[in-house]
Amino acid sequence: MREPHATGDFCIRTPGRRIVIIGNGISGITCARHIRKRDSEAHITIISGETEHFFSRTALMYIFMGHMTYAHTKPYEDWFWEKNRLHLVHDWVTSINFEQKELQLQQQEPLTYDILILALGSKPNKFDWPGQGLQGVQGLYSYQDLQMMNDNTANCQHAVVVGGGLIGVEMTEMLLSRNIPVAFLVREEGFWRSILPKEESDLVMRHLREHHVDLRLNTELKEIRDDGTGRVSAVVTTAGEEISCQFVGLAVGVQPNIDLVRNTELVVNRGILVDQHFATNIPNVFAIGDCAEYRVPVPQRQSIEQVWYTGRMHGETLAHSLTHQPVKYNPGPWFNSAKFFDIEYQTYGMVPNRWKQPVDSFYWEHADGIIAFRAVFNGEDKRLHGVNGLGLRLRHEFFDQALRENWTVEQVLVKLDQANFDPEFSDRHHREMLQAYNEQFGTNLEPEKKEKKGLLSYFWR
Amino acid sequence: MKAIQKLGLGIFLLALLLFNALLFMGQFRLTEAQLQESVKQEHVEVLRQELQPMLGETYSSSFSFATDFNRLLDNYNEEQQRSQQWDRVIWDDYAFALARVASQGFVENNKLLLLFLTIIVGAAGALLYILPQYRGEPAGVKNNGVMFSSNKSRGVVGITIGVYLTAIYVLLYWYPEYIVNWALLVDPLSYTLSGGPASQWFLYGTIYTLAILVMGVRMFRKYKGNNYQLLRTASVMFFQLSFAFLIPEILVVLNLPWYDLKNIWPLDYDFFFEYSVASMLGSGSAGLFLFIWGILLIIVAVPLFTYFYGKRWYCSWVCGCGGLAETAGDPYRHLSDKSLKAWKVERWMVYPILVIITVITLLTIANYFTEFALLKQSTDMLHQWYGFLIGAAFAGVVGVGFYPLMGNRVWCRFGCPLAAYIGIVQRYKSRFRITTNGGQCISCGNCSTYCEMGIDVRWYAQRGQNIVRASCVGCGICASVCPRGVLKLENGPEQGRITDIPFLTGNESIKVLN
Ligand SMILES: Cc1cc2nc3c(=O)[nH]c(=O)nc-3n(C[C@H](O)[C@H](O)[C@H](O)COP(=O)(O)OP(=O)(O)OC[C@H]3O[C@@H](n4cnc5c(N)ncnc54)[C@H](O)[C@@H]3O)c2cc1C
Ligand code: SF4
Ligand code: SF4
Repeated sequence: MREPHATGDFCIRTPGRRIVIIGNGISGITCARHIRKRDSEAHITIISGETEHFFSRTALMYIFMGHMTYAHTKPYEDWFWEKNRLHLVHDWVTSINFEQKELQLQQQEPLTYDILILALGSKPNKFDWPGQGLQGVQGLYSYQDLQMMNDNTANCQHAVVVGGGLIGVEMTEMLLSRNIPVAFLVREEGFWRSILPKEESDLVMRHLREHHVDLRLNTELKEIRDDGTGRVSAVVTTAGEEISCQFVGLAVGVQPNIDLVRNTELVVNRGILVDQHFATNIPNVFAIGDCAEYRVPVPQRQSIEQVWYTGRMHGETLAHSLTHQPVKYNPGPWFNSAKFFDIEYQTYGMVPNRWKQPVDSFYWEHADGIIAFRAVFNGEDKRLHGVNGLGLRLRHEFFDQALRENWTVEQVLVKLDQANFDPEFSDRHHREMLQAYNEQFGTNLEPEKKEKKGLLSYFWR
Repeated sequence: MKAIQKLGLGIFLLALLLFNALLFMGQFRLTEAQLQESVKQEHVEVLRQELQPMLGETYSSSFSFATDFNRLLDNYNEEQQRSQQWDRVIWDDYAFALARVASQGFVENNKLLLLFLTIIVGAAGALLYILPQYRGEPAGVKNNGVMFSSNKSRGVVGITIGVYLTAIYVLLYWYPEYIVNWALLVDPLSYTLSGGPASQWFLYGTIYTLAILVMGVRMFRKYKGNNYQLLRTASVMFFQLSFAFLIPEILVVLNLPWYDLKNIWPLDYDFFFEYSVASMLGSGSAGLFLFIWGILLIIVAVPLFTYFYGKRWYCSWVCGCGGLAETAGDPYRHLSDKSLKAWKVERWMVYPILVIITVITLLTIANYFTEFALLKQSTDMLHQWYGFLIGAAFAGVVGVGFYPLMGNRVWCRFGCPLAAYIGIVQRYKSRFRITTNGGQCISCGNCSTYCEMGIDVRWYAQRGQNIVRASCVGCGICASVCPRGVLKLENGPEQGRITDIPFLTGNESIKVLN
């Protein structure tokens, strides 16, 4: 598809312009903060119906598990908003009149805007399963979902979680933290196989089983059964097996939450279509975060990016465009992270779940089976494509540089000591990894020596 | 909870019950002979007269004994004051010493047995509860249910424990005569170590050390697989047991002053007070060594070690207050206040306290060298007030008693002048920092929640900024609980230590243009 011109006069700083942001998630809030940094006169309003204040969606699980309260998940104290003159409206927007530049709210008076930023986020997928409307069946995205999950699991003996991805494993961990046994249904042949290579997936699955997760691979949901009172009593899989349960977590992905703007002048596909400046087809209306879909995706990236980090980058970039000068969205090398129970996962660059010539892969796993490292690279010139780390902490800046400067896998491996981000006194594995690489690829690499430092610096190595 | 853990908890609670019940047991009967032995020569005659109604009486508890004693002595003192006979007032605190010698009966006769049944069985019960924890579970963050726990979230249990601890500290500092029976319990241990009877401070030291050891084992269970936490905990356990508990007793056996070799002025606030200096310098060359050692710690060890390793070398690896906070206080670490306001209050308290004790110390030294011409004896009053307000009320009562209410580092954060001094070094001249891993932070808040010093770690982490804060004790818990591996405690070159990156790693759109 052709990339149209940037629409809207978004870099013109009309004094006192009214900027309205719908959505107080990471993308909307980041955008608002960065606009405020550079434009002290703009009237900035942030609307959300979910919660009055910005909280960290990624921390929802920790509220359920009792690691934190809701208050702990708010990244800014409540006075922050007034002090920075970020006007908060706690309400749902029911419709937008793009012509009049006016928003209808559920409870409060309508609002008008000069610039509108849509940061509407996502909502959980549902696939028309019979019984998906029963009580005790739910997805997990919003704060309200979390409260519902709390109620729904109050007297739960056994639960089922459907969907072998990140939110699925989080829901499983949440339930197990309250001693509720979980059957975890995964459609593919391994956990998160749409993203993880086989070895990583296997490693995570071993760990899940160690946590007594009842993993059901190659298993799909067919229907959800009623107990006669409108509550779930069991699920039935496509193989015909019935698993009794009082709670079903549906974690089969999310989709852009764009019901508000469907069937309006705003052009949407799966998400709200935007150009590289996050401009929609309507001047002065922008979309960022989970709800935005690029007309032309950035090379090597999805057209919809539904992670925290991209939401934050969208917000930063759009704010820059609105206050300084228009810039195109140009993310650096991909990175992401997650945690599967106790195993941390970090990835930098592109690691596909499957690959073929000339792409090659080096995989190392520690004998204890909970630490692993993979580097995927071009088998011909050895240029690094990306790395996965499990049970290891890897330095973002190191891999960001390596990927931007097109280092080879061997350049990376000899310097791996510098890439280590594990806590002090942790066991070091870089020599063992290098040796494994030498054996696998017939090389004779030595770890790069660090320049000598003062005597005392050795104490804490 | 496994059956064995329930058993352990039950045993612990029974031992605790008995321990408390001891305060109401035994008899107290003061004889003339005992009185003569226990008080200064010049007071014998007066006290014999004044205490006449008590002598030979048998009291059924230390409370009734101490109440009578205090009443009689107060009557006497008030009379002298009324008639302006100041030199006849008895300022010495004889209540504890007299209650000790007067005790007889059940507790006095069964010290060893009761020591076993309360303190030793109690510790064993606690260990039975602790050791099976997380057995068979993979290593990882163990914070499930913390916010639902009555103990850990200022519920009824937490408040009860807070009140109980506070009460114990009040008794210990100001009414030791009421807890004489507890001191008797540890007599056998005191005689073994130093050959003398146990004071209330020996009792305190014993329980304090035991608390660090037992709760240190809990840390080993909770943080298994995390070498930094294991080593750090082992270190505070070692320093408490040896430097703070055993070595000082050995020094006493060697006729040297009781001295904790790792306690540093201004935490050790009376180090330069006349009586301390006199007792060190009066103990020959070994005493002189102790004095020089103490000064070297202040002017060499603190800046040097803090430069290389940050404040943590002391606060979370060596210090006794830190040792208790990091072990017994660990369940309460998240209760610290993270607000910006609390940070302001912190700075308005801890630095002024450092200034105050520095001024008091300088005045004391100046006074000493001018042979008391400068201020006469009035520095004594300053010493007493500082000791009462800061040394006892703040460091002890609030510092530990308020664990379940305000977190485990209230004293270290708001009150400790040594922490203030080390903190200044850490902030301005140190290689230590907590590095943030590029753009990986998801702003979840675990780090800030579990920072015992109330540092809003997330504020920095989510901006990709390193954490360089005077108050950070380098406990490393923020790095342990972070689910995305964002934080790393490091010593490194000073250059680039304090960063202010406006945009995070990962977004090329803006960095290119900025
Ligand atoms: C349980 C869970 C765990 C996750 N963990 C991770 C992780 O570890 N790492 C990661 O990178 N990503 C993670 N994500 C994804 C990440 O949270 C999202 O990508 C990110 O929060 C999206 O931010 P956003 O600002 O685009 O939208 P949101 O945070 O969804 O914010 C949109 C807001 O707009 C409000 N809104 C929508 N419509 C209206 C309306 N009509 N009127 C008023 N308000 C409206 C919504 O209620 C919502 O509050 C996780 C998501 C979930 C659900
Ligand atoms: S910032 Fe981290 S290391 Fe420092 S005191 Fe807080 S939790 Fe401990
Ligand atoms: S715990 Fe880690 S991911 Fe969470 S806010 Fe702190 S640094 Fe960020």
